[in-house]
Amino acid sequence: MAASEVTAATAAVAPTARRRPSRLRRIRRYLLPAMGAVLLVILILSALVAPWMAPYDPFEMNVVDRLLPPNEAYWFGTDAYGRDIFSRTLYGGRVSLVVGASVALASTAIGLLIGVIAGYFRMADAILMRIMDGLMAIPGILLAIGLMSLTRASIWVVIVAITIPEVPRVVRLVRSVVLSVREQVYIQAATAIGTRFPRLMVRHILPSTFAPLIVQATYIAASAVLLESYLSFLGVGTPPEIPSWGNIIAEGRLYVQIAFWNILFPSIFLALMVLSINVLGDGLRDMLDPRLARRL
Amino acid sequence: MTGKTSVLDVQGLVKHYSVGRGLFGSGRRRLHAVDGVSFAIAPGETLGLVGESGCGKSTVGKAVLRLVEPTAGRIVLEGEDITALSRSALIAKRRKMQVIFQDPYSSLNPRMTAGEIVQEPLINFRIGTRAEQQERVAALFARVGLRPDQRNNYPHEFSGGQRQRLGIARALALGPSVVIADEPVSALDVSVQAQVINLLMDLQEEYGLSYLFIAHDLGVVEHISHRVAVMYLGKIVETAPRDMLFAEPRHPYTEALLAAVPVSHPRMRRRRVVLKGDVPSPINPPSGCRFHTRCPIAVARCREEEPALLGDSSGHSVACHLRTPAN
Amino acid sequence: MAQEPVLAVESLRVEFATGDAPPVVAVSDMSFEVHRGETLCIVGESGCGKSLTALSILRLLPRPYGRIGAGRVLLDGRDLTTVSEAEIRAVRGRAISMIFQEPMTSLNPVLTVGRQIAETVMVHEGLSWQDCMDRALEMLRQVRIPEPERRLHEYPHQLSGGMRQRVMIAMALACRPRVLLADEPTTALDVTIQAQILDLIRDLQQETGAAVVLITHDLGVVAEMAQRVLVMYAGSKVEEGSVEEIFDAPSHPYTRGLMAAMPHLGGGRGKRLNEIPGVVPALDARPPGCAFAPRCMQAVARCHAEAPPLVQIGGTHTVACWAHGQGARA
Repeated sequence: MAASEVTAATAAVAPTARRRPSRLRRIRRYLLPAMGAVLLVILILSALVAPWMAPYDPFEMNVVDRLLPPNEAYWFGTDAYGRDIFSRTLYGGRVSLVVGASVALASTAIGLLIGVIAGYFRMADAILMRIMDGLMAIPGILLAIGLMSLTRASIWVVIVAITIPEVPRVVRLVRSVVLSVREQVYIQAATAIGTRFPRLMVRHILPSTFAPLIVQATYIAASAVLLESYLSFLGVGTPPEIPSWGNIIAEGRLYVQIAFWNILFPSIFLALMVLSINVLGDGLRDMLDPRLARRL
Repeated sequence: MTGKTSVLDVQGLVKHYSVGRGLFGSGRRRLHAVDGVSFAIAPGETLGLVGESGCGKSTVGKAVLRLVEPTAGRIVLEGEDITALSRSALIAKRRKMQVIFQDPYSSLNPRMTAGEIVQEPLINFRIGTRAEQQERVAALFARVGLRPDQRNNYPHEFSGGQRQRLGIARALALGPSVVIADEPVSALDVSVQAQVINLLMDLQEEYGLSYLFIAHDLGVVEHISHRVAVMYLGKIVETAPRDMLFAEPRHPYTEALLAAVPVSHPRMRRRRVVLKGDVPSPINPPSGCRFHTRCPIAVARCREEEPALLGDSSGHSVACHLRTPAN
Repeated sequence: MAQEPVLAVESLRVEFATGDAPPVVAVSDMSFEVHRGETLCIVGESGCGKSLTALSILRLLPRPYGRIGAGRVLLDGRDLTTVSEAEIRAVRGRAISMIFQEPMTSLNPVLTVGRQIAETVMVHEGLSWQDCMDRALEMLRQVRIPEPERRLHEYPHQLSGGMRQRVMIAMALACRPRVLLADEPTTALDVTIQAQILDLIRDLQQETGAAVVLITHDLGVVAEMAQRVLVMYAGSKVEEGSVEEIFDAPSHPYTRGLMAAMPHLGGGRGKRLNEIPGVVPALDARPPGCAFAPRCMQAVARCHAEAPPLVQIGGTHTVACWAHGQGARA
């Protein structure tokens, strides 16, 4: 009771006390994620409006204008086939967007399902977790390459290949939340008043997973974008006809010494997208931290 | 107490846990949380279950509710054996037996409003329309001393005593015949404790509820119980009508327990015989009578042979070789 | 009392800084004395400020918000509120010791019990390590721990709650303090273990002559242990007196309410327990006038407007209540 008395005293006072230095701190706390969100929105928009904004057809080859440095006509210069890099970069964003979002959604949904089963049913837990351990033991890229080599290249195969190594991460997260929530007294209370399993899961257990899941989803999206570009760079990702940032960089690799803009601009965009997603994720994580008593 | 008219009849309840390492069950030891507990509660009666930490009283409460599955024994609720019922069949029976927990903080889902918490039992059993359910919730709120306009608040906006009242309202929603109260006032301040105890007693009178009142505070138990059972290391060592237990305790542990309770007035200070040592571990309970390691009157027989719980016609039972009702 | 008090607290005020807003006062105008060999029990429910009072004696208030706003703490006449950090450290554990409610979190889990006791001696008396360990063993014997030689080398998690509390007491008494502050030392223990620990504290007090300030919410513990009693509510003293005075003639409505609210053995069944309606006010929401007025059955208009001063109503018995207006101001 002594400790609680002291903490109660400090808690009663501390929030008000924090209000004074916090104007600066609050700006700092929300500034970064806000910037990340803004940047991400810009990138998303630029990808979405690519068909209208791109000055040139990204597939149009113009051998006369090959390997031109950035100029008025071609803002980011041209590649070895005379294609406008600016247009290709904008279109490349669409691939990253689709891959990032799809992988995040798919891995979260699958991981949630498996994680909940593993967390709640001890029998299933042992089996499922061993499978997850097995998946995690294989490096993501190798797994994706292996899967890619089994089938014909297409963007959907890329998505599947990247989703599979990401699922164990989500499963572990969900499972640990479910395991800890399961022991809470209010779960026993819900059972005692006749709550059946579906409602127990949906109303009592799952809500605790949402906050960490959302944060994790953003990190997965960033990771997926990167992974897709690695695969494309290695030639086992998005089919080379489709402009993705990885593909553009892969093709531009040969000319890095004479026409570095081939890889400079797609790389910048790639880095910016991953950065903005990660920063947004960090901000969400801080905002949703239960210790700050915010409820979803 | 015969099982005929009792609302809850527990026979030979046992709960063991496996603890320790061991990959496939080898090298694991058993924790004897509850080792053969039997009692019966009549309608409208409160049975106080007391004991110190590690005696298994909380486990008894959970096992009776089948929140943990008993290792052995029978639980008969209003004449029906619910021990082996399937999960779905058990749910139907839960209407008659409810529970109030000790911790007012963790027993309420922090993400549900107070109204939703109390309404949930009604939703589970599809009692009434939404509107009727809301009305019932408002009535329950009022009955336990909460303002119905607080139904949209979250648990963290209530005090400890108010949260406990919410828990009571939730337990009452289905109109049970017996309520397992697991240390319902231990976590509350003294003045709030009194409020909740008075409330429980009023509700008992009004609705004819039976309580299994699990507690460690003997003063509270004496106040609220009709009969009291004392537990030590997983077994009941003495059971008696309340006044008899407190006025003429027979088991040496009950005596020690009562002697250890602080006096209520400085003039009543006396040099008392304080029980030495600590409670043995339930993983390796002592042989024979489990209390013999700390018992001031233990003899050789106590180490070898476990005493049975023997009762006389007045309802007073003792598990002790030297203090049988006949002596 | 003829002799000088060992510890005297005068008009102590404990507050928490809130930046621009005025500080929140957690304890206001607290004064009491303890003499050699005497036990003073400070009673109150959670949130009344009794723990903060004890912590402020040793200047252990939570930083950076907590601080002593006013008043003095006199140890044999020396004001502890103004001494340097080094000097107060020399007092802690030596002249004044403190034991807490939760021995598990108060003991260092990675050091053996013997080492922790020996360390206290080492810091204050600078003896050789072997001498310190010898003293640790002697202390374990004095607190009547079974098999003390073995316990010396065990870790806190290997001991039961009662034994850990004994270890805490051993640590607290290792340097023969003049004052022992005990903050709810038995609240977390079973009743039979509580009886052992209370008897131990009582015996050790007789052996060493230390003054004991025992903080509790349990009136039974007060009845067992106290010579003098101080009742706190919402950060101030509402009643003080010898234990007989308080139990024979509780005067403040809160004291009376507390006594009537506690079910005790022999109380019998069926009688309604006295309820004190409402809840303890939050620190930053103290009502004007008497803090207890909103919950008091006997409150009159004056109670809500003006805070009553402490008045003497007999012997050493003082109370802060307008219903006891007569008597000399204490």
